[in-house]
Amino acid sequence: MAVVTYRDALNQALREEMQRDPDVFLMGEEVGVYQGAYKVSRGLLDEFGPRRVVDTPITELGFAGVGVGAAMVGLRPVVEFMTWNFALLAIDQLVNSAAKMRYMSGGQVGVPAVFRGPGGAALQLAAQHSQAFESYYAHIPGLTVVMPATPADAKGLLKSAIRDDNPIVFIEGEMLYNTKGEVPEGEHVVPLGQADVKRSGGDVTVICHSKTVALALKAAEQLAGEGVEAEVVDLRTIRPLDTETILNSVARTHRCVVAEDGWPFAGVGAQVADTIQREVFDELDAPVLRVTGADVPMPYNKHLERAAKVDAGKIVAAVNEVLYRDRDE
Amino acid sequence: MATTARSRPRPRGGLDPERADIYRDWLRQMLLIRRFEEKAGEAYSLGKIGGFCHLYIGQEAVAVGSLAALGPDDYITCSYREHGHALARGISARTVMAELFGKAAGGSKGKGGSMHLFDASLGFLGGHGIVGGHIPLATGMAFAAKYRDTEQVAVCYFGEAAVNNGAFHEALNMAALWKLPAIYLCENNRYGMGTALERASAIYDISERASSYDMANEVVDGQDVLIMHAAMERAVERARTGKLPTLLEVRTYRFMGHSMSDPIHGHYRTKEEVEGQRKRDPIAVWSQRLIAEGLMDEAGVKALDKRVGDEVNDAYQFADEAPDPEAEELYRDVYATPRAEPDADAGVTIPDHR
Repeated sequence: MAVVTYRDALNQALREEMQRDPDVFLMGEEVGVYQGAYKVSRGLLDEFGPRRVVDTPITELGFAGVGVGAAMVGLRPVVEFMTWNFALLAIDQLVNSAAKMRYMSGGQVGVPAVFRGPGGAALQLAAQHSQAFESYYAHIPGLTVVMPATPADAKGLLKSAIRDDNPIVFIEGEMLYNTKGEVPEGEHVVPLGQADVKRSGGDVTVICHSKTVALALKAAEQLAGEGVEAEVVDLRTIRPLDTETILNSVARTHRCVVAEDGWPFAGVGAQVADTIQREVFDELDAPVLRVTGADVPMPYNKHLERAAKVDAGKIVAAVNEVLYRDRDE
Repeated sequence: MATTARSRPRPRGGLDPERADIYRDWLRQMLLIRRFEEKAGEAYSLGKIGGFCHLYIGQEAVAVGSLAALGPDDYITCSYREHGHALARGISARTVMAELFGKAAGGSKGKGGSMHLFDASLGFLGGHGIVGGHIPLATGMAFAAKYRDTEQVAVCYFGEAAVNNGAFHEALNMAALWKLPAIYLCENNRYGMGTALERASAIYDISERASSYDMANEVVDGQDVLIMHAAMERAVERARTGKLPTLLEVRTYRFMGHSMSDPIHGHYRTKEEVEGQRKRDPIAVWSQRLIAEGLMDEAGVKALDKRVGDEVNDAYQFADEAPDPEAEELYRDVYATPRAEPDADAGVTIPDHR
């Protein structure tokens, strides 16, 4: 298998889907001439031309709506937000137009569009450029929320998202673009709505997504050295949530930690914890604990920022707590 | 420079007798909308229609005159005051009334209601409830027409209050920048809910907004269906063959309140103002013209009115007797592929492994 970056895996997915389907086009800020703010669209303008790789003004509400309108009449737009922070300007189009069109038209008009771009806590970008919004979109019936953690998943999930007939919120890890991993050669599609066990273990389940997957794997490595086997479950799709994989794992390990970049209140982990306590209450040997970003706007100062963000150490600490394990023993 | 037609001469001379059937049909459509809306208001007061209900009475010539200039493959999006547009586009009175009643026989299976009328087979793509939110959608449809190199045109109807909204400006900028076959038809009925145009907009002439984007624009008398139609034909031609957008500022007036909870006059406009405007009732303007030109007589107008009245009564009865949606409809049409229904106790989606 070829080792490629997360960025290039996304690029491959876009390229292959645009080659496969002439209705697929990419639009957004700096996607063409500039080759993408994060270089995900590198080379696509040269290959597909300005008709299918459309540079937009800085006008998120407007071009998100253009994408929805084009999808309503059968095109398959991939709308890039330079980051999901800026997509707040377009949230009306995602929530009120894209998510609800099929329902309020009685099933007549769907919106087969993908809205994608980077999200999550970044590095010293301060309060307005470093935040996680998946719980906003996962709250909305009609939307599907996808968050790949590895290059292989990035490629396979983006291809599935583009082929899906529903509006997809596809949140890439801003800190993951340079990460490398093996990506299967040839056609590689990962179905939406399926979590993936990234590491098996019998002592505790760590549920995570996007950037926290790498942190959970690092934590699991450290715990393994201490004789604790953690199972790392990567949600991959936030909505629909793969409750079967989650519950199967927790029913075996009896203990669970949920990690996410976002804020704690009404976060993804709250939904996961609710599902677990309701479905497998009798299997639990400890309360489900959540590791989240601190409940504050992201500070700029790197020491404060480190304190605000999830890291492997915080996941290890939470695992120790659900295991009632005193590390000083 | 883009075209600005502020004082284009009105069509003069007699009406073309060869188009008499078309002209009479415009009157029929306007009467149908008027009688439909009156009936809808009645049904609302009886509790048969719920929620918000925005009547189109007074503005009929705008929808009828403009939609008559479109072809069958063109795309139409509207605001939430869209019963008239739906009827003029050819959705049956039964289907529209049933949707207002929330019945399964409605165009959106009773799940959309008054504000979300759709018929994809007619290119009628909503009824949208957020002021200005559908202007980018129509722009996307025009983008799709250009992308596919078709002859289609996308028309967007919105009220004058939407032009102060960012969505309007963002969409018009892209339409002009990319030369899209879009027609932005602003129905200036003078009030955004209860706020008069001059209390909300720094400039009075909405058509001037187009100059920011070097876009063709025109001010149109929306109470005269013939003038409306002629202006729309120019805009359609510009879009279809010229591949250029147009902003039409259509001056009209809403004879009823903003919605059913708003009285016809009171806080924000006087009785005298409304009565003055009613003197240019678009139906009276057009029926008198047809009579004056010898294309109809009083008895013919009355017979037409009776015919649409019967059609509306039939629609009312149909909607009233139609069944509600099945309980299973609650969870249908949320996603394209069927997903398992949520756990009834908890409202949590069970995954499907697609």
